Amino acid sequence: MALFTYETKKDTRSGFGAGMEYLSQHNPKVVALCADLIGSLKLEGFIKNSPERFFQTGIAEANMIGISAGLTLGGFIPYATTFANFGTGRVYDQIRQSVAYSGKNVKICCSHAGLTLGEDGATHQILEDIGLMKMLPGMVVINPCDYNQTKAATIAIADYEGPVYLRFGRPVVPVFTPEDQKFEIGKALNLVEGTDVTILATGHLVWEAIQAAEALLEKGIKAEVINIHTIKPLDVQAILASVKKTGCVVTAEEHQYNGGLGDSVAQYLAMNHPTPMEFVGVNDSFGESGKPAELMEKYGLNAEAIVAKAIRVMARK
Amino acid sequence: MQTQEIQKISSQVRRDILRMVHGCQSGHPGGSLGCTDLLVDLFFSTMNLKTDAAGKVVFDMDGTNEDLFFLSNGHISPLIYSVLARRGYFPTAELATFRKIDTRLQGHPTPHEHLEGIRIASGSLGQGLSVAIGAAQAKKLNGDKSTVYCLMGDGEQNEGQVWEAAMYAPHHKVDNLIAFIDENGQQIDGPTEKVMSNRDLEAKYKAFGWNVMRMDGNNAEDIKNTLNKAKAELGKGSPIMIIMKTEMGAGVDFMMYSHKWHGVAPNDQQLQDALAQLEETLGDY
Repeated sequence: MALFTYETKKDTRSGFGAGMEYLSQHNPKVVALCADLIGSLKLEGFIKNSPERFFQTGIAEANMIGISAGLTLGGFIPYATTFANFGTGRVYDQIRQSVAYSGKNVKICCSHAGLTLGEDGATHQILEDIGLMKMLPGMVVINPCDYNQTKAATIAIADYEGPVYLRFGRPVVPVFTPEDQKFEIGKALNLVEGTDVTILATGHLVWEAIQAAEALLEKGIKAEVINIHTIKPLDVQAILASVKKTGCVVTAEEHQYNGGLGDSVAQYLAMNHPTPMEFVGVNDSFGESGKPAELMEKYGLNAEAIVAKAIRVMARK
Repeated sequence: MQTQEIQKISSQVRRDILRMVHGCQSGHPGGSLGCTDLLVDLFFSTMNLKTDAAGKVVFDMDGTNEDLFFLSNGHISPLIYSVLARRGYFPTAELATFRKIDTRLQGHPTPHEHLEGIRIASGSLGQGLSVAIGAAQAKKLNGDKSTVYCLMGDGEQNEGQVWEAAMYAPHHKVDNLIAFIDENGQQIDGPTEKVMSNRDLEAKYKAFGWNVMRMDGNNAEDIKNTLNKAKAELGKGSPIMIIMKTEMGAGVDFMMYSHKWHGVAPNDQQLQDALAQLEETLGDY
């Protein structure tokens, strides 16, 4: 039985583009910057509506972050956009000094996060960005799961005062969350109720977690699936309530174990409610070229992998 | 303001710098002393700063409708702290807390501790020009006619981000920006020419599309004249770069002509010898 259905598949970056187009018409304080990747970031709509509020920086990401910090003075809300690798790892110090430590209201919005950008390979497939960004004091880290949620998150972060890292991707994935949803930063969403195992998923892995819950249900296992779209601040109340009920947990993300959603959850549970736990993610390796689905299978980031980890963690209860 | 008055304030600011660095036995006196004349002119004369009805400066983070200054070479923090305090942004007594536990006067400037006058963290070099350009573009978007100023070091020109910003500002016609390079010819490991030669900075910035000027950064008269000339060039389509020749340690004979005092604090005797060369014009903190 299908727990969730969908009519179309879309890329989350197009959700970002749609959110930006909305903001171009509804929030005159939002400005956008891009480092020579307008098409990849789907910024055409924003630029068409508000050319005077768009800044092309060329292939110069460090400068883009600094200019974004400067644009906040005067009340603007800069959205600095590029690929996740170049928008986080390449410019970590610029984000640290000029944005996070300086307390600037900059939104760092990055596409092509994780393995699913595919054929370009490991040079472009950052799997460390959640860790880098969540370590920065005061930084909010968001990884929405589909087109609609990415659009809603893009719009919502304009109303939050402070630095945000918004992460999304390139492949088309099922659009299964409501079109008219209100995005609440830090509020986990219970998608499937269950009593046997908790699955905490973020980004592209949320759909895989739902598929895993369906497969587990066929085996008579009731999995609870929670969409952790905000990794920082983490909705620890929702997580605690679920693991108290199920007694075990699997986290799933398109990221390294190190620094990802999984280690945020492990840190919290270790201190507050030690619970058997398994991780679905990349275990200390770089990615490689290939089709997105092939990579997700090879690196164990799909529904099948979640099912296996769920069965394993239940045996540890 | 007459240059004589500016020189009086500069003398006091130099005393503050030496006493602050001596007080915590840490910090960067050389570059701070070298850039004193420029910052005193900017904050006491050239820049249009927001004030209340009584004429006292008031600080708000956005700084709309006032001139803004960004210090990119943040290690000369004693200078900016002294100038801000003497200009009235916070009590001069607070200068005594420089680099000490629980201070707002951190080793390098930061808005994190809510110190009035500081809008960006700096000291991780190469980032200030980008921030200044962003602030200048924000002013343009807001229809705000005021000017943005930014100071960098010459050693700082080693940083790649500086050249990303150097390329960006003329391309986007950021012509409400006056930037400075403190050309003291020294960096931590020795003379700039030996560590990493800047070769011809004037030719480089000209080639990038900047309106480039030169001045003697330790001559109050030349500073005033050059700033007036630069202001007349604002709004003409190009950002302005003033390459400013200074002496590290300017005002204290034994601190000049060497990079030795880049990041070294004077001992008790050295402090006395240095203060003896600088008139106490506004009262020590």
